[in-house]
Amino acid sequence: MSEETTRHLVTLVVNGVVREAAVPARRLLSDFLRHDLGLTGTHVGCEHGVCGACTVLLDGEPVRSCLTFAVTVDGHEITTVEGLARDGEPSPVQRAFTECHGLQCGFCTPGFLCTVTAFLRDNPAPTEEEALEAVSGNLCRCTGYQNIIKAVHRAAEIQAETQVRPGDREGRA
Amino acid sequence: MTTKLFGEPVQRREDARLVTGQGRYLDDLGPGALAAAFVRSPHAHARIKDIDVSAALDVEGLVAVYTWEDLPGALAEPLPLLIPHPALTHGRTAYPLAKDIVRHVGEPVVMVVAADRYLAEDACALIEVEYEFLKPVVGVEEAAQGVHLVHEDVPGNVGAHLVQEVPSREGRSAAEAIDAAPNRLEFRLDIERSASMPLEGRGVYARWDADDGSLRVYSSTQTSTSVRMAVAAKLGLPLPKVEVIAPDVGGGFGVKIVHPWPEEILVPWAARTLGREVKWTEDRREHFVSSAHERAQVQHVRVGFDDEGHVLGLDVTILHDHGAYTPYGIIVPIITSTQLLGPYKIGAYRVEFSSIYTNTVQVTPYRGAGRPQGVFCMERTLDRVAAYLGKDRTEVRAANFIGPDEFPYDQGLIFQDGRPLVYDSGNYPESLRMLKELIGWDSFPEMKARAAAEGRRIGIGIGCYVEGTGVGPYEGGHVQVTSDGRVHVSTGLTSQGQGHETVFAQIAATELGVPIERVSVVTGDTRRFGYAVGTFASRAAVMSGNAIALACRKVREKALRIAADALEADPRDLEITDGIVHVAGTPSASIPLATVAVLSNPLRYAFDEETKRATQFSGTSAPDRPPVDEGEEPGLEGRDYYSPIRSTFASGMHAAIVETDPETAEITILRYAVVHDCGKLINPMIVEGQIHGGVAQGVGGALYEKMVYDEHGQLLNASFMDFLMPYATEVPRIETAHLETPSPLNPLGVKGAGEAGVIPVSAVIASAIEDAEGIPIDRMPISPSDLHTLRLRLAG
Ligand code: FES
Ligand code: FES
Repeated sequence: MSEETTRHLVTLVVNGVVREAAVPARRLLSDFLRHDLGLTGTHVGCEHGVCGACTVLLDGEPVRSCLTFAVTVDGHEITTVEGLARDGEPSPVQRAFTECHGLQCGFCTPGFLCTVTAFLRDNPAPTEEEALEAVSGNLCRCTGYQNIIKAVHRAAEIQAETQVRPGDREGRA
Repeated sequence: MTTKLFGEPVQRREDARLVTGQGRYLDDLGPGALAAAFVRSPHAHARIKDIDVSAALDVEGLVAVYTWEDLPGALAEPLPLLIPHPALTHGRTAYPLAKDIVRHVGEPVVMVVAADRYLAEDACALIEVEYEFLKPVVGVEEAAQGVHLVHEDVPGNVGAHLVQEVPSREGRSAAEAIDAAPNRLEFRLDIERSASMPLEGRGVYARWDADDGSLRVYSSTQTSTSVRMAVAAKLGLPLPKVEVIAPDVGGGFGVKIVHPWPEEILVPWAARTLGREVKWTEDRREHFVSSAHERAQVQHVRVGFDDEGHVLGLDVTILHDHGAYTPYGIIVPIITSTQLLGPYKIGAYRVEFSSIYTNTVQVTPYRGAGRPQGVFCMERTLDRVAAYLGKDRTEVRAANFIGPDEFPYDQGLIFQDGRPLVYDSGNYPESLRMLKELIGWDSFPEMKARAAAEGRRIGIGIGCYVEGTGVGPYEGGHVQVTSDGRVHVSTGLTSQGQGHETVFAQIAATELGVPIERVSVVTGDTRRFGYAVGTFASRAAVMSGNAIALACRKVREKALRIAADALEADPRDLEITDGIVHVAGTPSASIPLATVAVLSNPLRYAFDEETKRATQFSGTSAPDRPPVDEGEEPGLEGRDYYSPIRSTFASGMHAAIVETDPETAEITILRYAVVHDCGKLINPMIVEGQIHGGVAQGVGGALYEKMVYDEHGQLLNASFMDFLMPYATEVPRIETAHLETPSPLNPLGVKGAGEAGVIPVSAVIASAIEDAEGIPIDRMPISPSDLHTLRLRLAG
């Protein structure tokens, strides 16, 4: 067996569930989630760390899964877009994106949702400036961002109304 | 829930799955499928001397390696030339895998199939292709000199040459009108290359069913029906044995209308040959070098005008760079040539273009499809006319507008659909009035003076356009009401994020009088609807929207007929509300649409309580008539098509205020205003979203995006790191206002909205920068360093 194909066991908690797969060392976390665990909600737009479509939460913090090797996060906790809803109810961020028409093709959306979820956990009442800053590392080719920024504020509002902080579950307690 | 949903900002039905990670895009399908990868040419122009695959054969998990020599029958022939045109005298298309010569970096040479993508790429890396270099032809002006050729048999690198000329009312040619005009100007305008660049690249996944002899192909395409025909033809399969499905598609913007891509026929062929599922997902670099680009054009303008600013004669010569191949014909320069005229009536017009081969990625439509170049040309021209005459820029535009009472207005040209360019409706003066109010045009000079007093430079710009939308030939819709009362709508064209599931459901719910929750919509699945053209040219809402409305009207008529029988009423007295057919004004005399659906299909066998009503001993059918009356069909369903005589013309006007930094030449858009007229709005929220997205792409094209080729034909910025697409921080807040001038051409009165936002942005930003700087802006995009260079040139 070559170095390319030698497999390593990777065990992670993904969306609250222990998941395990044996993968080569070069397996990207994005591919691991998508193809080894079947969680295809995490998207890949560039595979070079620029677009943010592949953003997931690693121990609560947004990371680009296309720039992360699966073997390096063995033993950690990951939240993907599939894990944002709670008890079948969309999270405030998911609701806000729908209400504000913050997505069109939806390809960039999982990355934005994860990014915004972590952001609002740390900053539940952002200013205009802060909201803009928070999403300015993710590319969207469809929406022109205006409704995405609207959605960040709307999510903050919903979150405040429902008193549920979307980041709590993967919080760094 | 009200059933009058047409025109309401209904929330999207697509979103529930897309925000929860339950969307299904191409690469989400076929877990376990074999992966294809391609060896692509690293050279812009070269002859293939030898391909040595031997080193790759040891790669674990390798399944197959194919070169052109392995391709059978029609697969070994060049790809189709999709849109032939008499002026395209030298159309050339690529082979699915290069045969002998490669003509751009990224051209596929070898296909590898392996257990997964990592291994397939390992194998690609071990394949040695020996090339003999040929002289790369880069840059449209260099290519037009014809010193070196892209295709040996295309002299001068000229693929097409077309002249269209409309004399003035007095019968003068453009040249005569210009020469006779009191004022004349002549200049050159340039636009660089950009690209659609959807966040999801292309992709194909194919399953061959050997028992059934059938093929199912999933493709991230803007046209599944046409891919189906191409795949069937190339693989020699009977059409009914091939189905093509466009799953959720992560953006298209034009590039995915091109088909069949080499991969789109090679992957299905490999699946059939190997008897295994095969998938190919394009990576970002592949998308940069092997899909398609657009926009690059050089335009020479001569204009003659009177002292009021009326354009008396306009002569435009266009050099269009179409890259290495012309699979999509010459649609882009045709659209530039015709849509250049915008909302104006021009005395005499002559336009000539040459479409030129270069050793670069092929050029096919990208949102706007030649219109941004045309509008840049016309609007820059009118700005120059205004500057020359010392007039306000909006005054010169108003002087040339087609009046609201002059429709239908014939521009005297042939449009991209081969039909006369006749505008159906519009109200340009009102649009301009709204725009001036929205941006505060008349008070801008004071604002500018105040800014100047603080040492700041600001400028205002404007751009107007007319967009032919909803081009033919046709689209269809199928609507079926099932015995559970659900309404199933399908149409053949595809979706890439435009919200078709929502707007088509709005149309069906409104037409049929049913709650929208009961309506489901399928697009781009040939199993459901086999006849279609595709999604491009802002045509989906116009074409499929109307087809679905017409199909619904058939279903409604049938439902009322059956219900009238059952209720012993006159169908003309019946209405449908909330899915219940009832006598107008007498809600008690009613029958649910679900029951009507049951009755529409005379049964021998019941499958539940409800369907017992339709069986032969139920007493519901008249014994003296056949159960299915003559001219009737079983089932409550209808199919109809919409095929318009010609396009419908949407329009809009944008204005922006920009600030340029006197030191750093940084360009900031302070305000951006849009007045948009796409006829009747089906869903204003979705239309606004389309405008936002279009403007953002326009801002990219105006300030950031360009494809940088070096003299060897290498694309230097083939990554998101180097090809700068706007992030949220680069896109201004967009202020919008809508005007609704219905189209008289279609039953819904709608016009297309998909491309509009992007069209005038380069013109608007150039206009505003010129106003701020007092330097003529004749080339887009413009970066701070470009502006800095212009300043130095002017100063020195
Ligand atoms: S796919 Fe990871 S940043 Fe683009
Ligand atoms: S919604 Fe399509 S890329 Fe963002």
